[in-house]
Amino acid sequence: MFKTITFICNQKKIEATLHSATTVLDYLRKHQHLTGTKEGCREGDCGACTVLVGTLSGKKVKYQNVNSCLLPIAQAEGKHIVTIEGLNSSDLSIIQQSFVDEGGTQCGFCTPGFIVSLTGYLLSSNNYNLDDAVDSIGGNVCRCTGHTTIKRAVDKIINELSVKNSADSNNLSSLINLGIIPKYFEEIPKQLTEIKKKIISLEYEQRADFLIAGGTDLFVQREDDLLKSNIKFFFGENGADRIWIDGNQCCIDARATVSNFGDSEIIQKYFPEMTNFIRLFGSLPIRNRATIGGNIINASPIGDMTIILLALNSTLHLQNNKATRQVSLKDFFTGYKTLDKKEDEILTKITFDIPKQNNFFNFEKVAKRIHLDIASVNTAMLLTVDDRIITQANISAGGVSPIPLYLSEMRKSLLGKKVSEENISEAIEVALSEISPITDVRGSEEYKTLLLRQLLLAHFYKLSPEIIQAEILL
Amino acid sequence: MKNYDWIQHVRGESLFVDDITPPEGTLHAAVFSSPIAHGKIINLDLEIAKKLNDVIEIFTAKDIPGENQIGAIIPDEQLLADGILDFCGQPIAIVVAKDNFSAHQAVKQIKLEFQEYSAVTDAREAFQKGQLIIPPQTFSLGDADSAWKDCDLIVEGTAESGGQEHIYLETQGSFAFPVEGGGIKIISSTQAPTTVQRAAARILNLPMNKVEVDVLRLGGGFGGKEDQATAWACMTALAAFKLKRPVKIILNRQEDIRMTGKRHPYSSDFKIGLTKEGKILAYEVTFYQNAGAAADLATAILDRTLFHCTNSYFIPNVKATAYCCKTNLPPNTAFRGFGGPQGMFVIESAIYKAAEKLGVDPMVIQEKNLLSEDDEFPYGQKTKYCMARPSWKKAIGKYNLGEMKNQVEKFNLENKIFKKGLALMPICFGISFTNTMLNQANALVHVYTDGSIGISTGAIEMGQGVNMKLRQVAATIFSVDISRVKIETTNTSRAANTSATAASSGADLNGKAVQIACNNILERLIKSAQQELKSNETDQIEVKDEIVYLNGNQTELTWNILVQKSYAKRTSLSSQAHYATPGIHFDKSKVKGEPFAYHVYGTAIIQVTVDCLRGTYEIDFVKVVHDFGKSMNPIIDRSQAEGAIMQGIGWMTIEEVIYTKYGKLLTDSMSTYKVPDVYFTPKEIEVDFLDNPNPSAAIFNSKAIGEPPLMYGIGIYFSLCNAIKAFRSNAEIKNSAPMTNEKLLLMLYEPAGQNLKRKLKNKMTVK
Ligand SMILES: Cc1cc2nc3c(=O)[nH]c(=O)nc-3n(C[C@H](O)[C@H](O)[C@H](O)COP(=O)(O)OP(=O)(O)OC[C@H]3O[C@@H](n4cnc5c(N)ncnc54)[C@H](O)[C@@H]3O)c2cc1C
Ligand code: FES
Ligand code: FES
Repeated sequence: MFKTITFICNQKKIEATLHSATTVLDYLRKHQHLTGTKEGCREGDCGACTVLVGTLSGKKVKYQNVNSCLLPIAQAEGKHIVTIEGLNSSDLSIIQQSFVDEGGTQCGFCTPGFIVSLTGYLLSSNNYNLDDAVDSIGGNVCRCTGHTTIKRAVDKIINELSVKNSADSNNLSSLINLGIIPKYFEEIPKQLTEIKKKIISLEYEQRADFLIAGGTDLFVQREDDLLKSNIKFFFGENGADRIWIDGNQCCIDARATVSNFGDSEIIQKYFPEMTNFIRLFGSLPIRNRATIGGNIINASPIGDMTIILLALNSTLHLQNNKATRQVSLKDFFTGYKTLDKKEDEILTKITFDIPKQNNFFNFEKVAKRIHLDIASVNTAMLLTVDDRIITQANISAGGVSPIPLYLSEMRKSLLGKKVSEENISEAIEVALSEISPITDVRGSEEYKTLLLRQLLLAHFYKLSPEIIQAEILL
Repeated sequence: MKNYDWIQHVRGESLFVDDITPPEGTLHAAVFSSPIAHGKIINLDLEIAKKLNDVIEIFTAKDIPGENQIGAIIPDEQLLADGILDFCGQPIAIVVAKDNFSAHQAVKQIKLEFQEYSAVTDAREAFQKGQLIIPPQTFSLGDADSAWKDCDLIVEGTAESGGQEHIYLETQGSFAFPVEGGGIKIISSTQAPTTVQRAAARILNLPMNKVEVDVLRLGGGFGGKEDQATAWACMTALAAFKLKRPVKIILNRQEDIRMTGKRHPYSSDFKIGLTKEGKILAYEVTFYQNAGAAADLATAILDRTLFHCTNSYFIPNVKATAYCCKTNLPPNTAFRGFGGPQGMFVIESAIYKAAEKLGVDPMVIQEKNLLSEDDEFPYGQKTKYCMARPSWKKAIGKYNLGEMKNQVEKFNLENKIFKKGLALMPICFGISFTNTMLNQANALVHVYTDGSIGISTGAIEMGQGVNMKLRQVAATIFSVDISRVKIETTNTSRAANTSATAASSGADLNGKAVQIACNNILERLIKSAQQELKSNETDQIEVKDEIVYLNGNQTELTWNILVQKSYAKRTSLSSQAHYATPGIHFDKSKVKGEPFAYHVYGTAIIQVTVDCLRGTYEIDFVKVVHDFGKSMNPIIDRSQAEGAIMQGIGWMTIEEVIYTKYGKLLTDSMSTYKVPDVYFTPKEIEVDFLDNPNPSAAIFNSKAIGEPPLMYGIGIYFSLCNAIKAFRSNAEIKNSAPMTNEKLLLMLYEPAGQNLKRKLKNKMTVK
């Protein structure tokens, strides 16, 4: 349960013996009294606790924005943890100054989180633009300003930097010269290399009660239990979080994060719109931690990655110390949060066939709030159309059944048919007979039914807008 | 001028209650609360919990040495329930342990046996059962009953507006420790230190002078810490008092949302009568306010609903009645706007419905009925320096409303799935506590011998920038550099008998008190300079930019030298001053008077684009002309305005508080209760400062800014309605805020949702 963990916190090398599941947030506030990192929700929904996690990658350190309230201290091992205190110099940084100039802060409680998030963005991007900068604070909530002044501050930062800075922007020394990060950052790669040498490996505890991947579900649902248990970690380190091609299959290591998936060149090549779809998943710090495997095993009926992978007709690769086996994702869920999986099995890999040339893929999600919210209903569709005839169709729907649903009847209804308004209407009608939505906090049964109809229509509207007439809408 | 506090904020150096280094041995408390909305305690078993590791003590009602009562206006709220349970989340016991984790573990081991009663969660149901907290209140002007016969059109309807959770980013918290002589000191995140002091004294059976309350700053308040910071402060005070050790409570987010009240949901009936040209002749409205389980501030909030029931319109015949209904929800409480927004939503809904019937754009009716100079409000006060029409005129001119309308029309013709909607929202909001007594404040100003200045008032800094404004007042009066001025913590030993920082009045009331205190000291300093410079009484002496001038000529006396010389001459360099807003009064028996020092006006134009396929929407722009008076700090004021607008928009759109019919809150976390995020902000927001010859009751003529702009947000509801009608002209518009994606989609396609559901049900039964 307790472990000695070595890492760098801001400028300081730290060796601490703690329960592995202690959150970095608690460690910073209670043990280090670094109170600039705030607790606003403890469930990844406010960003007040945002820190940067620097990981050694070759001779460089790569920084990522992470919610410290969901980050177990054991995973700080060998890393550079940066808090607002570790970003302060005697002068304000461009980011800090813009917030002061534009009134991007009022009560100040959320503010360190915003400054850290934006610094993380400048450290990790090499193509500064407003969209990405805004996305980097998509997980930060400011109740006072309503974000209008913050957006102005961000605008100013990006403008100022695009003037001052050109190509090599995420070069450490140029960021230091620009006063965005303090000078000591230069020393970190060397120091981390030394620490790394001493770490043997993240040894797993023998008897584990919990397997933590990104922890973004577990810490929200079970934090108290984690703190009383033996923990095993299964999170990608050193390139284990790969996405690769094997023959005509695309393979995803279960430890790949949602960010890995969205950033993958392979995924972008076959699904050019995926980057936009992925932006609807949580927030940047959540995506940096949430794994694909975790999303599937968590078995939420509205898991976004699960819904996407269902429409790609994916296969799961499960393993325990005796055997490996494969199971189709669409057969994996047997009931609400029950799986075709033995307790000791680990999901290692997800594979799916590389889509053919003439395919169309789309993902739709509607929640109460467009971003950083769990869907009321989501759905994905992969369609192959040859000569206007549908030759392949895989459609999934979330939020309308106890499990992430593969719409097999709708598929049957579409196969071999022409893409026409009539056929689509009929197929949607069939789809609506496959579902069993319930009324809950994310919407009434009535709404979810109507919404699924609309989102299924939206797939086809995106496929070919001209076939959807206004009448079919009403 | 930039706000100095902001420099600390961006460095993460500003401290909040949970950031203050606690003394060695500080204990942590957690609250055990009612799992049911209505019932009776049969037995409370603390034994297992008490035996847990690191648990120090568990306190219940019977441990309270004084009176178990925290109701500030009406004594109807226990600190710890000991018999009847009135809402889910009602505190019953306080567990004190060595650390937060252990305290929470122990809470889970407390066993409560109870008898459950049926719960009432709906205001109208409570009304029918006669559950009223106070008798009905009525405001009237003219004679509504006899005016109906003169109307060409009479429209009746209902309007609903939902609750709103504050989501101040810093949750409720308090930290208390014993001090010598049997007293207690409380560090609290409260908007009302005197309220906390009074309640803690009552709970502990101590005189108020033995309870000291200190407040550094709040991580947001929005009204949520006006009355509802008190309970947690009293709990830590009780535990610290009993255990003689420091005790801290910081609610986690779920506890905070579950146990504290929200903006009052309202259900209302309206009847509006107009001429065929759109002139409103009569308006009758009945408000059913869902107060929750205790009065809290509900009665005062109810008053403000009535005060603002006609928004910025002149209506000659008005009859407005309001019922304060007791239900089994957590006691609802102050939220920016304080009942005003709820009242305004109804009149705007009525105008919208009337416009539909008349076949005109609602803005025609809005404009025709705007207040003019010397118009009478239903409470008897008359408008003065009325900016309703000037702000409207400027808004439609400056932003070119005609062109906007053309663009919307063109867009809607060209697009079948996306539709735009546009609406205007004028506002009028009265400044002053409607309870006249509360319109007073005091300040204590010290000038130290090195020339630095320390100021204590009753104002609480919670992000609204009041501390910066107070610094500006002192720096301006003394004509010294602002860096010399420090605002001290708000402390009941330095500022006694203070009113809550609320009603947008913090800067006005406390600023005026600071102004008086600084002038007192300045007067003495000038006298001392006179002696120093051996000048005649007729000579003109002034301090300008830290230098003393004699008849316009610079002297060798600087601020520092003047201060030192004055001290050497045994001049008092401190002053305490009191300010009470002059001229305001309100006769509660006649419901008439002049309750407000002045009114704030303005007009907003809001445009949205609705995706009618998916039932989602984006905000194209919010463009405002707002009456700031003469803003003393435009950066702060603009940011206040925009933040308030976004809260108003949130209340009208995505923020939905959902309880089950058993009174259990479903939206009890930030993952289920969504507030506007950076993506939800309008693509464009513009706030124009309308300069205005202003009444002097505003500090330096800079009008109160905290609350009024929130009500611009109401406009978005009607922008959305207009977009819905652009998609489907016969859509039936319901006045039921918030307009969530769910309501929007159902309204767009009604009755398709119903039909689909029915089909689904049939299918399932066939199977
Ligand atoms: C603020 C916030 C926003 C979110 N937004 C979204 C969203 O928009 N869409 C969405 O779909 N989800 C969302 N989530 C949920 C969550 O992030 C995802 O489900 C995520 O993919 C879970 O992955 P993880 O690695 O964090 O899982 P963990 O929490 O580490 O694990 C979840 C479960 O899976 C098990 N597990 C993990 N990996 C494996 C494996 N390889 N083999 C066997 N068992 C395994 C764990 O033991 C655990 O039981 C959000 C969560 C938060 C906190
Ligand atoms: S505390 Fe809110 S995201 Fe971590
Ligand atoms: S400044 Fe208060 S929450 Fe952002």
